[in-house]
Amino acid sequence: MMSAVEHSPYPEEKLQRLEKQAICREAQLSTLLAIFGERSHLSFPSLFIYGHTGTGKTYILQTVLSTLELPQVFVSCVECFTARLLFEQILNQLHNHCPGPENDFSSYERCDTFNEFVRFYKRATTSQGLENETVYIVLDKADVLREMDANLLPGFLRLQELTGNNVTVIFLTEIAWETFRPNTGCLEPLTIYFTDYSKGDLQKILSSDHPEEYSPEFFASYINILLGVFYTVCRDIKELRHLAALNFPKFCEPVVKGEAKETDAHKLWRNIEPHLKRAMQTVYLREISSSQWERIQQEDREASQLKGLSAHAHVELPYYSKFLLIAGYLASYNPARTDKRFFVKHHGKIKKTDFLKKHEKTSNHLLGPKPFPLDRLLAILYSVVDSRVAPTANIFSQISSLVTLQLLTLVGHDDQLDGPKYKCTVSLDFIRAVARTVNFDIVRYLYDFL
Amino acid sequence: MSKRKSKEKSPPIGECISQVQALVRQRLLQQGHPGRRCGVEAQHKHLVELLKRTVIHGESNSALIIGPRGSGKSMLLHDALEEVFAVKEIKENALQVQLNGLLQINDKIALKEITRQLNLENVVGDRVFGSFAENLSFLLEALKTGDRTSSCPVLFVLDEFDLFAHHKNQTLLYNLFDIAQSAQAPVAVIGLTCRLDVIELLEKRVKSRFSHRQIHLLNSFSFSDYQDVFKDLLSLAPGFPDTQFSEKWNENLQVLLENKTVEEVLRKQFNASKDMRSLHMLLLLALCRVNVSHPHLNAADFVEAYRLRNMDSKANILHGLSVLEMCLVIAMKHLQDIYSGEPFNFQMVHNEFQKFVQRKAHSVYNFEKAVVLKAFEHLYQLELIKPMEGLSVRTQREYRLMKLLLDNSQISEALQKYPNCPTDVRQWAMSSLN
Repeated sequence: MMSAVEHSPYPEEKLQRLEKQAICREAQLSTLLAIFGERSHLSFPSLFIYGHTGTGKTYILQTVLSTLELPQVFVSCVECFTARLLFEQILNQLHNHCPGPENDFSSYERCDTFNEFVRFYKRATTSQGLENETVYIVLDKADVLREMDANLLPGFLRLQELTGNNVTVIFLTEIAWETFRPNTGCLEPLTIYFTDYSKGDLQKILSSDHPEEYSPEFFASYINILLGVFYTVCRDIKELRHLAALNFPKFCEPVVKGEAKETDAHKLWRNIEPHLKRAMQTVYLREISSSQWERIQQEDREASQLKGLSAHAHVELPYYSKFLLIAGYLASYNPARTDKRFFVKHHGKIKKTDFLKKHEKTSNHLLGPKPFPLDRLLAILYSVVDSRVAPTANIFSQISSLVTLQLLTLVGHDDQLDGPKYKCTVSLDFIRAVARTVNFDIVRYLYDFL
Repeated sequence: MSKRKSKEKSPPIGECISQVQALVRQRLLQQGHPGRRCGVEAQHKHLVELLKRTVIHGESNSALIIGPRGSGKSMLLHDALEEVFAVKEIKENALQVQLNGLLQINDKIALKEITRQLNLENVVGDRVFGSFAENLSFLLEALKTGDRTSSCPVLFVLDEFDLFAHHKNQTLLYNLFDIAQSAQAPVAVIGLTCRLDVIELLEKRVKSRFSHRQIHLLNSFSFSDYQDVFKDLLSLAPGFPDTQFSEKWNENLQVLLENKTVEEVLRKQFNASKDMRSLHMLLLLALCRVNVSHPHLNAADFVEAYRLRNMDSKANILHGLSVLEMCLVIAMKHLQDIYSGEPFNFQMVHNEFQKFVQRKAHSVYNFEKAVVLKAFEHLYQLELIKPMEGLSVRTQREYRLMKLLLDNSQISEALQKYPNCPTDVRQWAMSSLN
């Protein structure tokens, strides 16, 4: 690995610094250096770098370009959501221009179209004296480019040819190149894959920034336990690092209290493992915020006491709205042919065997809600509510306000007034809680649970 | 400064390597670099003839150069223009306008660009034009004033010609072809496109004004030509400063050409596509591996370069998934097998996964539903699964219908390569129908 880096034409101390900064990315580093070549060499028109989130794509590119002091432009495509913003950002960075109060936050030049951009770009490189060097334009989160103007992506891929300058455009993304290719084709970039970190790599990287009060071995053993719990679920280094920082105080608690020594691996493991498992159900899902989690640890409370975000799902609704929602749920999850059996008092004889044919079919709670017409909703509502309900304007306005609350949704926007169809989009737990408040046994009316 | 210092210290071999890199990179990457013409002699002659007739005799022409991507359309045109403009008087007498469908996305921009490239900006500059049409008519007037003998010929080169055909009413194309057809100032309109059906895109009135002269570039060369190109691209010319090094380099190249492994790599590349640009990429990648400690190319470089160019990206992405995400992919594969390609939602996948966890696996994989949902959404983010209907808030996350964008063979192959794959997961993947 060393040799490939050693022989590139850049100053040695810088290369060594780079090598130190890129843990477990030596292969990628040497590939990039080889591809970049010398400053004055013509380089590839475009590189397409993909890999999972948190594999160091942005980090490596940034460190390489800034350590070697190559002329570079770094743009996030999420920020620059229109073509104009993107062009102006690139030109600003080329001119070392920063929008600020002194220039009324305006950019260096107004540039609306790709045509102007190419012209301004040429002018910028000559005025900055960059004709003889490769300029690197890095477009981070390049998947957003696909949804922008159709000429942007092929244009950037061809930028070297269009400008006639020595420029390399680098695309960073998580998604494979195949989904980017426009249907009339384009200049193919060189695709480079940033491999995912193996478990050993993760262990090495996470252990590298250990707190100073404790020994590296101690921290490494903690990371080992952490990976043991989380590795099957999550391989994102950012997430893991966050979790490691969050739970470390709990891990060293026995040592601080003097109940265990740093070498009592088993005891420490027994202490932390259930805690980490709870963390997976709470912090990992952002049910409990990180600051809340830290507070719980400090106050030494039981971690699951606090109700998470999803426990606050209960919504207070008016009486009729509740019944409307219940009726909507029943209409969504029951097939229409069973309505007679459920809601008509004297429904005549329906053979039980006919009725219970359903078991060969998959349950509706697996397939999701079905749309239903407004009439059916009202019919179920009248039969579910004991007292007489008048179809007032109030009732109808409540239906549409349930739609704005996203508890019901309108299916197919073709008809607003005449015979609209709805779907109920609440979960079973939610509707059971609602039904309980009005003393209605909803499970008895659900076809799936018969 | 530091760069220069290191250069002085480095032995001359470093200097040579640097020169080789610069030279070959230039050769492979620069547009319109004169290379060996493979089976396009006739086309070249035709184009030169056509351009000469416009430039020297003042005849108006139009032609389309059609060929797949990377077949050397721009190179052919570049070569032909160079040959035509070799005479100094002609060069001074003719004007060139280069337009690109990617840059000039509408006629207004294209018109401005034409004005700019004809250096008529100062003429147009002060004048206020009410509309696009006025501006166009002024420009045309400027072209029209001359006749066949006295006025200066203009060559219009329209790159990505098919994109110009998508402009509103095809005004630009209509006007250009119209000038070319009627006896006004001599113009040549050369379009470059990769679409074979480009004529069908033209409107009737535009089509009737076009001369229907088409030059096809269809990569009709054989493998031995391909090998010759390979040699041409990499060999060092006699003008190279260090003759000793260049001789050794060329000798080494000859050895490489006879090497079976290199030939196999080239053959594979040739079978995949005859496109020259992919060959260039392959050679560049191999060349990148040349450095001071490894001054000459060998077969391993080409094998490695080929491997880098031909990785399955989906397999790479699958390799980086967590065990839970892999389990979900397997569950989706089973659902697809059972319901023969019907779309599925998260609830079904979770159900399938739950069946596996309860019956077959150890309880280790018993995750909460929300954790599984997070894994599922990650798969969606990676575009391994695609929603059937457009993204909307209208359906709950669990019930959104999805489709798997992976092939069964891809999944089983990825599982083979998956590091530390639990045995029960692998077995579950094998037992396709339960």
